[in-house]
Amino acid sequence: MRTPLDLELVALTKRYGTTVAVDRVSHLFPGGRYVCLLGPSGCGKSSTLRMIAGHESVTDGAILLAGKDISRLPPAQRGTAMMFQNYALFPHLSVIDNVAFSLKMKGVDKPTRHKAAAEMLDLVDMGSMAARMPAQLSGGQQQRIALARALITKPQVLLLDEPLSALDPFLRIRMRAELKKLQRELGITFVHVTHGQDEALALADEVVVMNNAVIEQAGPARDVYNMPNTEFVARFMGGHNVLTVGGMKHALRADRTRLVQSGEGLPVSVASVEYQGAHVAVGLVGAPGGDLTALVPEAEFYASPLTLGDSAVAQWSPADLHPLTQ
Amino acid sequence: MSLPRSNTATGWLLAAPLTLVLAFFLVLPIIMIVIVSFWGATEFSIYPAFQFDNYKFLFGSSVTWAVFGNTFRYALITWALTLGIGFTVAYFLAFHVRTLTWQITLALICTVPFWTSNIIRMISWIPFLGRNGIANSTLLSMGVIDQPLEWLLFSDFSVMLTFVHINTFFMIVPILNTLLRIDKSLIEAARDGGATGPQILWNVILPLAKPGIMIGTIFVLTLVMGDFTTVRFMSGSQSANVGRLISNDVGLLQYPSAAATSVVLLCTVLIVVTGLLRLVDIRKEL
Repeated sequence: MRTPLDLELVALTKRYGTTVAVDRVSHLFPGGRYVCLLGPSGCGKSSTLRMIAGHESVTDGAILLAGKDISRLPPAQRGTAMMFQNYALFPHLSVIDNVAFSLKMKGVDKPTRHKAAAEMLDLVDMGSMAARMPAQLSGGQQQRIALARALITKPQVLLLDEPLSALDPFLRIRMRAELKKLQRELGITFVHVTHGQDEALALADEVVVMNNAVIEQAGPARDVYNMPNTEFVARFMGGHNVLTVGGMKHALRADRTRLVQSGEGLPVSVASVEYQGAHVAVGLVGAPGGDLTALVPEAEFYASPLTLGDSAVAQWSPADLHPLTQ
Repeated sequence: MSLPRSNTATGWLLAAPLTLVLAFFLVLPIIMIVIVSFWGATEFSIYPAFQFDNYKFLFGSSVTWAVFGNTFRYALITWALTLGIGFTVAYFLAFHVRTLTWQITLALICTVPFWTSNIIRMISWIPFLGRNGIANSTLLSMGVIDQPLEWLLFSDFSVMLTFVHINTFFMIVPILNTLLRIDKSLIEAARDGGATGPQILWNVILPLAKPGIMIGTIFVLTLVMGDFTTVRFMSGSQSANVGRLISNDVGLLQYPSAAATSVVLLCTVLIVVTGLLRLVDIRKEL
């Protein structure tokens, strides 16, 4: 099911001296999807994004967009546009001139480029800010301007480098809804680098989990969350316990881990109780395979509350155990 | 608690030493110069008065206008050359030298000439540029010229060369300071928007370097306009600028006339600097 807008990485490699930042990564990003590159810092996700953008040279391998190798082209000729982590707005230019920058570089005359920039500003609801300077804007507003500046080049792929990390939590949730909406409206591919798994789950049609310079697992957000391939993915996505059952490692969702006073199961004792609103996270020690967490619905927990040091039994249904490959 | 009052007192006490030093060594002398500029003078004496003779003579003489014109010419040409060289060096240090260690090392190498005095650095050009100097003899032996070049030394060329040599560093440092503060992702963002190297320089780097350029400009203009030794040594006393006019008057004990010229020069430089500060807001750099 290839579309003309597919972005494909072929054995993409980045080496800094003897350090390998990205190790022969091959992956197909289907066109028009919202993709999140997820991983801990130093896993190679930013290097991958910057290589796609053209701001980092490719040591080896190829990047194909619409069937053409773009890995040696200058950034502006790739059909990609990048939104930078700190937004990188030009501090000496007004909002409208920031957005119109790429058109000015192409030699488009002032009335035409200002008209196009004003349309872009309307798209991100910033039409009234055209004359402001970047320093007069809030973080969220700066981000919209950076978005408008990237989109005015009519990219086929928009690359976002940790776009929400500089915002406060409330704004982050609002902006991610807007990013998703914008992506649906424009129908272009968004590749979004983040280290927050909740952000990736909330946004992505497809989640690509990276670790140690390679892709650990890729797939639809629900699949990656419910069927992690490896212990690393299970732990990094969060909300999972890793248990050894029958000599093999298994992932068990924390919200499928039940706690009872007595009965059959794994005897444990309570090490921490953390109220999280809808759930209570109960930290459990004493299990042979390592510490566990049980996510108990609030009402259920307070019906028979446990306190630190209480002993309990952890239970699960065998169907909830998901085998891990390593 | 009488904190506010003691705070005020502490504030005044803390500010007092610098205020006193500046009052005694800067403000008072300038007031003296202004007062003396209205005094009268004969060939062998000066006498207190309040008359405008010195200024009348100054503004009425064509020599004054010629010398001020020459001073501006030196200042402008030196400014243009130091800006060109200084910006290039600072740009190289900021964007082409990758490691901080090398940036610091190379910037320190720029300060090496400052390890000796200005005068020695000036005079060291003389054996190089003279009629039988290194420059001429090298060019002669290479066959580039068949007669020694006369304009190398004791000419506007040698004056300007020395000005540029001595003052370029004052341009490099403030420009380097602003360039190092430019976020590298701005340059990537510009490249992402399709800007070529020269377009990035013109549309991003130069506008952001303006405050540094302005501070360097003020340094260089004030240093060159107030100079008299360079012009004296390197022109072989064949050119004049305002500094030399003043030093000549002082040599002839014409203090009131020297004071009047100084006041006019001071006002000229202040007007130029005020004009420059209007153009660019340098406060965010300080």
